[in-house]
Amino acid sequence: MEQRQAFWLPDAASTYAGDVDALFYFILIVSVILFAGVMATMVLFAWRYRRRSAADRPKPVKENKIVETSWILVPTILVAIVFVWGFRVFIHMNVAPPNAMEITVRAQKWSWLFEYPNGVRASALHVPVGRPVKLTMSSADVLHSLYVPAFRTKMDVVPGRYTYAWFEATRQDTFLLMCTEYCGQQHSMMLSSVIVQSQDDFEAWLQEGLLAADASPAERGEMLYTQQGCLACHSLDGAPGTGPSFAGLAGSERVFADGTRRIADDNYLREAITQPATEIVEGYMALMPGTYALLEPDEIDALVAFIKEH
Amino acid sequence: MEDHHTASHHEGHKVGFWRKYWFSTDHKVIGIQYGITALFFLLFGFILMLLMRWQLASPGIEIPLLGALTPEMYNQFGAMHGTIMVFMGIVPLAVGAFGNYVVPLQIGAVDMAFPRLNMASYHFFFWGGVVMMASFFVPQGAAKAGWTSYPPLADIETMGQTMWLWGMVLLITSSLLGAINFLTTIIQLRTEGMTFFRMPFFVWAQFITAFLLLLAFPPLEAAGILQLADRLLDTSFFLPSGLVTAEGPLEVSGGGSPLLWQHLFWFLAHPEVYVLVLPAMGIVAEIVANNTRKPLWGYRLMVYSLIFLGFMSFIVWAHHMFITGMGTAISAFFQVTTMIISIPSVVILSALFITLWGGSIRFTTPMLFALGFLPMFGIGGLTGLPLGLAPTDIPLHDTYYVIGHFHYVVAPGTILALFAGIYYWFPKMTGRTMNDTLGKIHFWGTIISMNGIFFPMLIQGMAGVSRRLFDGGLAYSFSEPVLEYNVFMSISAAALFLFQIPFIINFFQSIRGGRKVEKANHWDATTLDWSATPTPPVPHGNFESVPRVYRDPYEYSVPGSGVPFLSQDTAPPAAPSDQILEEVEA
Repeated sequence: MEQRQAFWLPDAASTYAGDVDALFYFILIVSVILFAGVMATMVLFAWRYRRRSAADRPKPVKENKIVETSWILVPTILVAIVFVWGFRVFIHMNVAPPNAMEITVRAQKWSWLFEYPNGVRASALHVPVGRPVKLTMSSADVLHSLYVPAFRTKMDVVPGRYTYAWFEATRQDTFLLMCTEYCGQQHSMMLSSVIVQSQDDFEAWLQEGLLAADASPAERGEMLYTQQGCLACHSLDGAPGTGPSFAGLAGSERVFADGTRRIADDNYLREAITQPATEIVEGYMALMPGTYALLEPDEIDALVAFIKEH
Repeated sequence: MEDHHTASHHEGHKVGFWRKYWFSTDHKVIGIQYGITALFFLLFGFILMLLMRWQLASPGIEIPLLGALTPEMYNQFGAMHGTIMVFMGIVPLAVGAFGNYVVPLQIGAVDMAFPRLNMASYHFFFWGGVVMMASFFVPQGAAKAGWTSYPPLADIETMGQTMWLWGMVLLITSSLLGAINFLTTIIQLRTEGMTFFRMPFFVWAQFITAFLLLLAFPPLEAAGILQLADRLLDTSFFLPSGLVTAEGPLEVSGGGSPLLWQHLFWFLAHPEVYVLVLPAMGIVAEIVANNTRKPLWGYRLMVYSLIFLGFMSFIVWAHHMFITGMGTAISAFFQVTTMIISIPSVVILSALFITLWGGSIRFTTPMLFALGFLPMFGIGGLTGLPLGLAPTDIPLHDTYYVIGHFHYVVAPGTILALFAGIYYWFPKMTGRTMNDTLGKIHFWGTIISMNGIFFPMLIQGMAGVSRRLFDGGLAYSFSEPVLEYNVFMSISAAALFLFQIPFIINFFQSIRGGRKVEKANHWDATTLDWSATPTPPVPHGNFESVPRVYRDPYEYSVPGSGVPFLSQDTAPPAAPSDQILEEVEA
């Protein structure tokens, strides 16, 4: 297991993070040296050549072709070095190895959904350690951007087309994954995590996810509650969140922002999932994404069954 | 030109207040209108930033009179801070105010080429600003999709976004009218003897800036109108098929591309960076030459660099888009151009540094600000290097590092240069000087507190804290150690505000109460703005007699001349050939 304490960048935990950091620190150190040198010269000039009296005259400094040329050549050579170096790293970061495991990523306001080749879905990204993973990403609504600071991985998630990112995690841990392209009101809360597991633990986790397919509707609803990110806004214990709690919701009388009322029967629950903006419960705002209208009919049934149990 | 010249004889007769100060066609009045309006917007944009910094230092704590900042308000303030500072503050001040006031004076023109167009340009700007301000009061408030207004988010945002687009259309129209006017003026109205290579560097900077505005703004104006069509006419220029929002699937034809907007936006917004920076470099060059009492070192090299910089700025825009999934080859192209564009900036900056060498440096208030600009812009440029290379840009993109980088370019960079310009040309505009002690307090307070705000941003960004988070990243456990800086940064922001008070007092007090200048050429400058016009210049006409230019722009301390400086309109000792020329003219 590779673990490297970073100086300023976050702890690195992917195979290419070290290459990126090395390039960054090289630029940083060269910049600091150049800047310190120029500053020292400036302070020296400012002191040495301050005007001492009204009769003071500047000393003529001849224009000098060698100085002029070197001011152009030296920076050119420096940027040529960092470009060639950077380009190698970039190609490495940009092209996923052919043996990478593919995971589909779907972003929506304001949650992440990860789908595995065997059909398992999750709201956190589980990956095996030491194996390249390729993410194929798309967005249902606006621009998002997937960012895992520890891996130095970042790629925009664009509606209407696929984007790709890849990484190979180098140690088992849980890392933060977040949206870093501004995507509206709850952008700051669009978080998830990357759970890096050993190959065996990962396989076991994938199988667990599959078993849920034979479960009762309410059990599958419970799984969807986590996977679809409902838990971010709707609690199960009655605590108010961004949205109303599911506790005691089914069968209760709902009071809406416009003063109308309705009993929360099955049809209400269904419409609240598929058309969340039509009836806003008093005290809340129309923040729920409309993407749940795209759930499969049996998934909606499962969620309704789950909500009725609470 | 003849027309304007005769106009100067009319200035004796009475014109009403509105005609004189509001619908004026005199480039100097228009310049001052631009300046005052832009300074007001800068202050307003700065106050929005203070409110955001309050929230970042103490998330959720109520602000007096305003209450706790909701995410909606924070996002509005963020989007409008960027828009106001860039399009309504710095550009109008750097180009509209200084360009308008100084360029005709420096090239010996009696006014801009199209005085009425000039007036129209200001009024488009003013009403663009009014529309932007009004947008805070429409239902659900002002635009909140960021100053970049990326669709699809911007396409489906509330009414404030429509106002933002109308405002932008007006502001861009204003800039386009101004740019045409500057180009025509500089090409056509240079006085006799003012060849291109005798133009002061400031005029060169405004000249290249005008080209950038003229060529880069139309794509954004078009894009703005397309986004308006998306919002108002149900077109889908920037909307792909199958989008789903809170109201369910969007009922639009789809088939558009959100990336199209980004290309159009950055095709403007990268040259825009140079629109902000080049006039600042121009101001600094004037002041450095004047206060070192030396010619600019490598003037021609600086001009060539400026032209090259202007050209290159059109082919670097996609370095803002490395993480949008562009192809590897395209990314490589934009990385190469981005590396190349750093070189002319280095040349200009180092020419200014070398000008100090061997000088006889006067530490006047404008000179302090100009000297402050150099290292601050240097930090801005150096921190941009990792952002120009895709592999290092990827982890830093959309983090506070980017915010720190471009604020170093435009805030302690450009804004310091603009302050330098205010202190430098204030005596020309009013005939009175600003107070030096207050000016020096203003300088030291400003540069120190600006660094207190922006340097920690670089560190926070390296640690991975994203921009545009209304809670400043509270939800991210890993950013905890660097979030502590937020308190220090917000205190620095408050200090920055306090240090603007001496400036505001100084500015208004000096208009009537400042010490009167002893002579028209207050700074012993060589350029025509100081040497050939009265202080303040003649309304409508500038010069008592139109000057003729004989010399290069910065003939300070010419060996053997026996005088401290030779202004551009100082005739050479009469040589036989010149006498013949004058006889022919007569």
